[in-house]
Amino acid sequence: MSDTYFYIFAAITVASALAVVFKRNTVGASLAFLLSLCGVAGLFLQLDAQLLAVLLVLVYAGAVVALFLFIIMLLNMQGGDRPVFKKMTIVSSTIAGALLLTGVYLLAKRPELARLPEAGQPASVLLDLKIYGAKLFTTYLLPVQVVGFLLLIAMLGVIVLSKKFEGLEDVK
Amino acid sequence: MDFFFNLPLWVQISLKGLAAIAVIFPIAGACSLAERKVSAWIQGRPGPSRALPFWIAWVPVIAPIMQKLGLFHLMADGGKLLFKEDPIPGHVNKFYFVLAPIVAVIPALTTIVFVPFGGYIDQAGQIIPLILANLDIGLLGVFAISSLGVYSLILAGWASNSKYPFLGGVRASAQLISYELSMTLSVLPVFLWINAPGQPGTLSLAKVVEFQSQPGFWGGAWFVFLMPISAFVFLVALFAETNRQPFDMPESEADLVGGFHTEYGSFKWSLFFVAEYAHMTVGSGIFVLLFLGGWNPLPWVPLEMVVGWLSGLGAWATHPAFVGVLSVLIFLAKVLFFIFFFMWVRWTLPRFRYDQVMKIGWQKLLPLAIANVIVYAIAIAFID
Amino acid sequence: MAVIEVERKPLTLAERTYIPQILSGLKTTWKHLVAPTVTMKYPEERPPIPPGYRGVPTLVKDPNGREKCVSCQLCEFVCPPKAIRITPGEIPPDSEYAHVEKAPQEFEIDMLRCIYCGLCQEVCPEEAIWLQTQYSTSGYTRAEMVNNKKKLYELGGTLPDQHFKWDKKKAAEEHGNVH
Ligand code: SF4
Ligand code: SF4
Repeated sequence: MSDTYFYIFAAITVASALAVVFKRNTVGASLAFLLSLCGVAGLFLQLDAQLLAVLLVLVYAGAVVALFLFIIMLLNMQGGDRPVFKKMTIVSSTIAGALLLTGVYLLAKRPELARLPEAGQPASVLLDLKIYGAKLFTTYLLPVQVVGFLLLIAMLGVIVLSKKFEGLEDVK
Repeated sequence: MDFFFNLPLWVQISLKGLAAIAVIFPIAGACSLAERKVSAWIQGRPGPSRALPFWIAWVPVIAPIMQKLGLFHLMADGGKLLFKEDPIPGHVNKFYFVLAPIVAVIPALTTIVFVPFGGYIDQAGQIIPLILANLDIGLLGVFAISSLGVYSLILAGWASNSKYPFLGGVRASAQLISYELSMTLSVLPVFLWINAPGQPGTLSLAKVVEFQSQPGFWGGAWFVFLMPISAFVFLVALFAETNRQPFDMPESEADLVGGFHTEYGSFKWSLFFVAEYAHMTVGSGIFVLLFLGGWNPLPWVPLEMVVGWLSGLGAWATHPAFVGVLSVLIFLAKVLFFIFFFMWVRWTLPRFRYDQVMKIGWQKLLPLAIANVIVYAIAIAFID
Repeated sequence: MAVIEVERKPLTLAERTYIPQILSGLKTTWKHLVAPTVTMKYPEERPPIPPGYRGVPTLVKDPNGREKCVSCQLCEFVCPPKAIRITPGEIPPDSEYAHVEKAPQEFEIDMLRCIYCGLCQEVCPEEAIWLQTQYSTSGYTRAEMVNNKKKLYELGGTLPDQHFKWDKKKAAEEHGNVH
């Protein structure tokens, strides 16, 4: 039974992800992205990661895609002709794709994967927000800080780019 | 009860779904009538009070009262919206145009499953909440799913392929994102408060109510007294999220004709309205649960106490069915009051300008919400 | 005159939060909410008609039941939208009112044209046409909206004045002192 659900959600995710790439209509592409996110959320639910699923829907589906749509509509972007790829783009994207595939392959082959929590573990542990939060602020503190720093830099960048500073020559 | 739980899973799920629809749809319809009545009374009019079908007109006292309250206008409205011609303008993107009202209704009806609407007391003296899906992440679930509602407005605005709806859609997307932040931040103190150390963490709404029905001065206080700023920010954000005046930017009649639903008619249009009222109902429900003590009748007077008083009258007073109905009624009364409050505000305040809405959201409400979280985090750290 | 510039007072903090304003607004609307409604339930309740009201123009009879109109057609001429159409007719010599000389054979007022200006009433030398208190006219066809003579008298009724101008004239004639 759960296999069937997995296949359904996986099919939705992959198909809509492909649609994101191939659709000419930008609004349609963002909606396909939305659907793809919902599919991923479904997969998370399958893994008993309810919190992750809900957060994915809340943040990405609820806000980020809405922002995409907002920008698309604000700039009134129309899907035009596909630009011709530069040589550089082709080379770099091939390398990136190859790296990604290798990464996924290696991850799938990792022997530890088989030992990840199975039916024996009570589901509530995975659900417990406190444990989740504690892990985030102890074991994974460094990644959290790094990501936070990255976001801060991105935010500053946006402010510098979008705001017109007057009389502040040194900021430019 | 056992009979229900012995049914196959899909039957249970569809029964629960039907129950949600059966509750929300009439409430939404009744809201539309109440809106007309409240607006009429505020403006010194009697409001809809004419319709009277012949098959009930002979009932002596009740029929005239129902006629005066305009109850039959509800049926007339519904019938009209169902059977009216449903045109699709020629210039729209058909697929998304039809999709938009559907997308509007689904999240609106889904969120109700996370809302506990009452409780009964079992043999052990524990309150068992009545809820369709008792998840530990209740509130996040509501937020996540109701945040999907914005796509209906965006889609409707975009697919209509005309200027006013388009502007409405753009406004909707910006507004809803802006206020979602404040809304989420405003409820954090509540959950900081109830997640005392040493206990498993929770985001369940039923737990919040449980926390507000403890004995003692601090235990029995509703969170609206403990955290007035949180309640205020949440309420304002709720107004903005449900597109109610003074925040009804996406459909402001004065400058955008009808906003995102300008091109819609009859049944599709009514679906948008059902969705709006459903959001309003669920939002009021959440506010009541978080800040107004859920199904506890009065601050410092939890439901158990009332049941304790009533138990002197007979055994029926402690029967789970009676307690359940009582709690649901109390909860419903509070929610209805809030729906009335929404309408009251709507017919009192003028609409904000769009730049004011953005300013309030980002420059006033969000800093207020952040400061509020910080203050309560520090205070709670000290108390513990 | 010199322009006096008035300093705009800066808003106080309470005013800037907008909350006291909202609350006082809510109080006002609440008052209206509980106050009795001011709407008149129209077909059941009717508004009082003030004196001098200009309703539908009608034709009236005098206390003896004689139609007052002598079909002089002044109203037909004066009517700005040309709503009145009169077909003048003779009064048969054997009639009781033969001394009045003329009476309308047909008298039509098109209520789709009438603008309720009251000029017909103003101009009538016989005080025969009156704009009375009826204010609602409706019909399914254009023809229905044209009031004919019969209808006009139905609507008009009797005017309780005591002039009896024509009777006096006749009496004077019989006594030989015409002017
Ligand atoms: S109603 Fe008066 S003005 Fe008109 S034709 Fe008759 S007498 Fe003359
Ligand atoms: S009221 Fe005016 S418009 Fe109407 S019939 Fe008399 S003169 Fe004509």
